[in-house]
Amino acid sequence: MSPTYVLRRLLLSIPSLLGISVVLFTVLAMAPGDPFGDIVMNPNVPASVAAALRAKFGLDDPIYIRYLHWLAAMVQGDWGFSFQSRIDVDTLILQRLPTTLIVIGASQVVAMLVAIPVGVLAAAKPYSLFDQVANTLAFVGFSLPTFFTGLLLILIFSVQLGWLPFVYRTDLNTHGLAYLADEIKQSIMPVMVLGLFQGASLVRFVRSSVMDVVKLDYVTTARSKGIGRSRVLLRHVVRNAMIPVVTLIALQMPIVFGGAIVTEQIFRIPGIGSLLITAILANDTPVVMAVTFVFACLVVLFNLIADILYGWLDPRIAFR
Amino acid sequence: MAGSTPASLSADAVVAQATSASRPRKPVSPAAEAWRRFRKHRLAVVSLGILGFFVFAIVAGPFLWRVPINDVDFAAQTAWPSWTHPLGTDDLGQDLLARLIYGGRVSLAVGLAAMMVSVFVGVVVGAIAGMASGWVDAVLMWVTDLFLSLPQLPLLLMVIYLFRDALKAAFGVEGGVFIMIVLVIGGLRWMPNARLVRAQFLSLREKEFVEAARALGASRLRLVVRHILPNALGPVIVAGTIDVAAAIIAESTLSFLGLGFPPDIPTWGRVLFDAKDYLDIAPYWALFPGACIFFAVLSINFIGDGLRDTLDPRRVL
Repeated sequence: MSPTYVLRRLLLSIPSLLGISVVLFTVLAMAPGDPFGDIVMNPNVPASVAAALRAKFGLDDPIYIRYLHWLAAMVQGDWGFSFQSRIDVDTLILQRLPTTLIVIGASQVVAMLVAIPVGVLAAAKPYSLFDQVANTLAFVGFSLPTFFTGLLLILIFSVQLGWLPFVYRTDLNTHGLAYLADEIKQSIMPVMVLGLFQGASLVRFVRSSVMDVVKLDYVTTARSKGIGRSRVLLRHVVRNAMIPVVTLIALQMPIVFGGAIVTEQIFRIPGIGSLLITAILANDTPVVMAVTFVFACLVVLFNLIADILYGWLDPRIAFR
Repeated sequence: MAGSTPASLSADAVVAQATSASRPRKPVSPAAEAWRRFRKHRLAVVSLGILGFFVFAIVAGPFLWRVPINDVDFAAQTAWPSWTHPLGTDDLGQDLLARLIYGGRVSLAVGLAAMMVSVFVGVVVGAIAGMASGWVDAVLMWVTDLFLSLPQLPLLLMVIYLFRDALKAAFGVEGGVFIMIVLVIGGLRWMPNARLVRAQFLSLREKEFVEAARALGASRLRLVVRHILPNALGPVIVAGTIDVAAAIIAESTLSFLGLGFPPDIPTWGRVLFDAKDYLDIAPYWALFPGACIFFAVLSINFIGDGLRDTLDPRRVL
C-alpha cells in the first residue's frame, strides 16, 4: 500500500467533513430562536444597544459569512463555553471522549468475536440446523432495541441476582487488580448490550460474504490440490470474505454511536453520549453542536480507517 | 399518465392481447404467485399473524377495553397484573393495557408515516439520479453519501432540540411532535432507498422493453412512471418494510431518552422511559412495553425477509 493512497483518502475526507459542517450549520441557522432574544425583550436595554450588539457579533451578516466565521472558530479549537458546566466545550469533550471510545471499541471487539465465527460456521453449512438457529437469533438480536436489552440485563443481573453494579462509577477507590476487576464488572453489561446488537447485524453479512467467496475458482483450486475443507475455509476463504465486512462495520458506525448514546444513558456512563442528552435537557447549545460535530468527525474517521484497511486487505484497490 | 400518448396505449393493448393468446394454461395472477412464494418462509407467515394481532389490538382495542389511558387511581399504584388491570398499572395507577394500546397506535403510525417519507424521498432522488446521469447523478450521489455519513441519532436529537418549541406552537403538542419525528426520522433514512432505486434505474433503462416504449414515442415521464418504476419497486418494498421497523425503534429510542413524545402521549418507548426507575418494584411495567416493541419490530423484520424471498429472489442477503 502506497503512501499516496493513504494521502488521497485523507484528502477525500475533507469535502465530507465540510459537507457535514454545512448541514449542521444550516440546521442551526434555520432553527427559530435568537441568542439575543432576551436582550431585545429587556426594556432596560435601548434598541440601539441591542442593534450594536447584534452587529458586533455578526448576527446580521449574510449566512455564508456567518458560516465561515463559525467554521474558522471550530477549526481553531474555539468551540465555545458550556453554559451548564462552566468550562470550555473542548475541555469538557476531551474529558468525556476516552470513556465513549473505550466502550465502543470493546463492544466492536465483542461484536466481531461473535459475528465472525458464527457467520463463517453458518456459511460452511448453509441451510443446516445451525445456520437456521443462527439466522433466527440474529433477527432476534437486531430487533431487540438496545434500551430494552439494557433494562433486561439490569433487571436480571443487578436487581434479581445482584451480581453486577448498574451505575458506572469513575470514582472507584480500589487499586491494582481489584480496580481492574471492578472496572470489568461495571463495563460488562454496557459492552455486551452494544456488542451483541452490533454482532447480530454483522452475522448475516459475514455469512453472505463467505458464501460469495466460497464459489470462487481459487477456492476450488485449493480444494483440488488436496487441502482440507476447514483449512481452505480458514486460510483462503475467511481472509477475502472479511474485505466487504470491514466496509460494513464502518458503514454501521452511525448506528453504533446511536446505540452508544442509549447505553451511556441507561448505565449512566459519563461519555459524550450522556453529555449530549444532559446538554439537550439543559438547553446548552454550544455543547449540543460540538458533540454532534464530534460524532460526525468520528464517523468520517472510521470511514477513513476502513478505506485504508481496505487497501491493505485488497491491494488491487490501492492501485486503482 | 393514462392517455397522454395514444401510441403507447394501443401498444399496451396489443401486448396484452399477445400475452393472453400465447399462454394457453390458466394464468396465475402476480399476487397469487407472490403469496405462494411468501408462504414458504414459515417465520414470515407467523410474523404476519403477530403483526395482524397487533393491528387488530390497536384498531379494535379501545372499543373492547374501555378504560381511559389517564385514569389516575392512587389506590392501585404500581399494581401487579390482575383481572382489573391485566397488564398492571404505573406509578399513578393508570391502566397499562389501555396505555399500551394507545401507544401502539402512535408507534405504528410513526413507523408507517416515516417509511412513506423515506421511500418517497428515496424514490424521487434515486429516479432523478438514475435517469439524469452525468453531473446531476454525481451531485445527488455525493449528497446521498454525505447523508449516509451523518451520525443519525445525535443529529435527530439536535434537530428535535432546536425545532421542538416552534413546531409545538404551530401544530399543537401532539401534531407538532408527530410531524417533526416523522419528517426527521424519514429524512435521515432515505439514502439506502435512493441508492437502490438508482441502481435499478441504471439497469432497467437500458432494457429492451424500455427502448420499445421509447421507440413508440412515450415521454420521459411516462417511461419512468409506467415502465421503469413498477419494475424497480420490488427491492424498494422490501427496504420500506425494514424502514418501518427501524422507524419504530428510532421513535421509541427518542421517547426513551425523554425527548420524543410528551408524557401524556404514552408511546411504547415513553412508557419504558417512565418505568425504568421502578425496575425493582414493578418489572412488569418495563417488560410489557419492551415486549411490544420487540415483537412488533421482529415480526416486521421477518415479514421484510419473507418479502425479499418473494419479490427479490436473486439477492442472497
